[in-house]
Amino acid sequence: MAKLLYIHMLGYPAHFGQMETLKLIASPRFSDKRLGYLGAMMLLDERQDIHILITNCMKNDMHHQVQYVVGLALCALGSICSEEMSRDLSGEVEKLLKSSNPYIVRKAALCAARIVRKVPDLMEVFVPTTRQLLSEKNHAVLLTGICLVTEMCTVNPDSLQHFRRFLPNLVRMLKNLIMAGYSPEHDVHGISDPFLQVRVLRLMRMLGKGDEDTSEMMNDILAQVATNTDSSKNVGHSILYETVLTIMDIQSESGLRVLAVNILGRFLSNSDRNVRYVALNTLLRTVSVDYNAVQRHRSTILDCLKESDVSIRRRALELSFALVNKNNIRTIMKEVLAFLDVAEPEFKSFIATNSLVAAEKHSPNKRWHIDTVLTVLIKAGSYMQEELVFTIIAMLSQTDQLHGYHTQRLYVALTNDISQQPLVQVAIWAVGEYGDLLVTGQVENEIGGGEEEEEEEEGRREVVQVTEDEVLDVLERVLQSPQSSPATRQYTLNSVMKLSSRFSTSLPRIKAMVSSYGNNMDMELQQRAVEYCAIFSKHDNMRTEHK
Amino acid sequence: MLKFVLLVNKQGQTRLSQYYEYVPVEERVTTEADIVRKCLSRNEESCSFMEYKNFKVVFRRYASLYFIVGVDNSENELSILEFIHNIVETFDRYFESVCELDIMFNIDRAHMMLDEMIVNGNIVETNKSRVLAPIAVLDKSNR
Repeated sequence: MAKLLYIHMLGYPAHFGQMETLKLIASPRFSDKRLGYLGAMMLLDERQDIHILITNCMKNDMHHQVQYVVGLALCALGSICSEEMSRDLSGEVEKLLKSSNPYIVRKAALCAARIVRKVPDLMEVFVPTTRQLLSEKNHAVLLTGICLVTEMCTVNPDSLQHFRRFLPNLVRMLKNLIMAGYSPEHDVHGISDPFLQVRVLRLMRMLGKGDEDTSEMMNDILAQVATNTDSSKNVGHSILYETVLTIMDIQSESGLRVLAVNILGRFLSNSDRNVRYVALNTLLRTVSVDYNAVQRHRSTILDCLKESDVSIRRRALELSFALVNKNNIRTIMKEVLAFLDVAEPEFKSFIATNSLVAAEKHSPNKRWHIDTVLTVLIKAGSYMQEELVFTIIAMLSQTDQLHGYHTQRLYVALTNDISQQPLVQVAIWAVGEYGDLLVTGQVENEIGGGEEEEEEEEGRREVVQVTEDEVLDVLERVLQSPQSSPATRQYTLNSVMKLSSRFSTSLPRIKAMVSSYGNNMDMELQQRAVEYCAIFSKHDNMRTEHK
Repeated sequence: MLKFVLLVNKQGQTRLSQYYEYVPVEERVTTEADIVRKCLSRNEESCSFMEYKNFKVVFRRYASLYFIVGVDNSENELSILEFIHNIVETFDRYFESVCELDIMFNIDRAHMMLDEMIVNGNIVETNKSRVLAPIAVLDKSNR
């Protein structure tokens, strides 16, 4: 039987074992029963019909003398029961909940939790017993009792009201846990029963959400937990983490929130990576609630971008984008762009999209905006989406003074590298529209306050002067390169056409280029080429010199 | 809520798997392989948590075995890390200095211990003596 389970675990179908499990469960020997239930839990689930047959066996087992057998039945019931089974057996479970044996009560409570999740109507049956559960001394019973209550609250929000009355009990329980001395049973590294503490905190979080009074009651105890817990080990960290989450979710007073953010700040500078990850995660959630507090930790977050671990970097990135505003956008963008170089492909498109959005919302002046956009294009060009190309083009066409400047930059980028499609498309479009500016070497000085450092940086960039032939050379290279997509070729052909009215001396060459595409395989290119040739030949008299 | 517990060795072979939510068999194998590949590619320095599809995965390496626990988004990752350590200590006490072979040859016992500690995806018992008590009874009746 055990071997069958192993085979099942490896992934091979093991349906033939199901009848065997039934036979084993029905046998009186404990070990057989154990194996049978184990098999049942692993092999069966709600979608099989056979599990209904177990119901009777389970009912008998639940009345058994030996507590372990009862425990077995409850365990199995808890794991795999379905609606019908829960209705049948809920009465039994309730009786067992009231029993005096903590071993059984534990399991019964969890069983009840499952039943509540499956069949919410049966919840009323279990509500009165929960009160007794919560005042138990035994930790395990407490744990499962709280679990049951949490389950009920998730399923039915109205019960929250009912359970808020129990809050003083919970507070007292937590206080005992912290204050009480050393208890060897539940101790983990010097903190008594951290699992129970975490559970209680989570339940408090649920109870306090949206309710002023309950939150008031919790304020003291939360502050106490936060300050008293020893955070040198991971255990302490987990409790503090849960406390912070709770403080964030309930209507706590501002002092408490500051405390929470401080704890998170401490986490951020912790040497253990897990803790830092958790802190970043939580900060992401609190950014919407308390913006300023998070700003204080901005530099630490930016440092996290240089971490070697992928998850931390991703979190730090998201957090940085959430924190961006007019004041800090330059520093943040600098870091992000540096990060772009080393990031993996799946990050790049995320970064590109977000950088553009952030730049649009918060850029201090037009020139910086365009600079950033162009840098992003150059670095992450091939990972950007198609729609972004259009947005960029639209934005470029709106900034009148800077046409010459950005055409220059795009041209330079184009000569260096023609493999990144979005970059090439934007560059070609710009060259087509403003090619004359490129040729005359006119770079208008834009209006707008650049800071000192920025001026120096740009001033040093040379004004590129090119001839019309060179420009056409580049365009021809793009047209013929196998790396260009059909869309890029179309863009290029269009640009060549536009240049025919802007460039004065290269008309024959342009005509030759366009007509060579007259019999190209690609329908779209061919059509355009033929139409343009027609314009050349028949309507040359409409040509005016573009000033 | 815990979704599953897996024990996988460094070569990627699953030594123990327990799911608390119905997942069809083929999907289990592919998911396991995928998660294990990601865990194996992490080195000592990096984080013990990762996101996979719509849930979180917490893992830790003990000698040649990776203990992997999948949880949903509402669970506290650090406390799950503690829980993994608790499981390891319980196994240690029962098998006396546990190793991978112990788990392979006594997989039913290992399952039983897990079942005592987790029911339906929730942690029910963390006290080692109480977890090991029913198993001791079983052993005695078998002898």
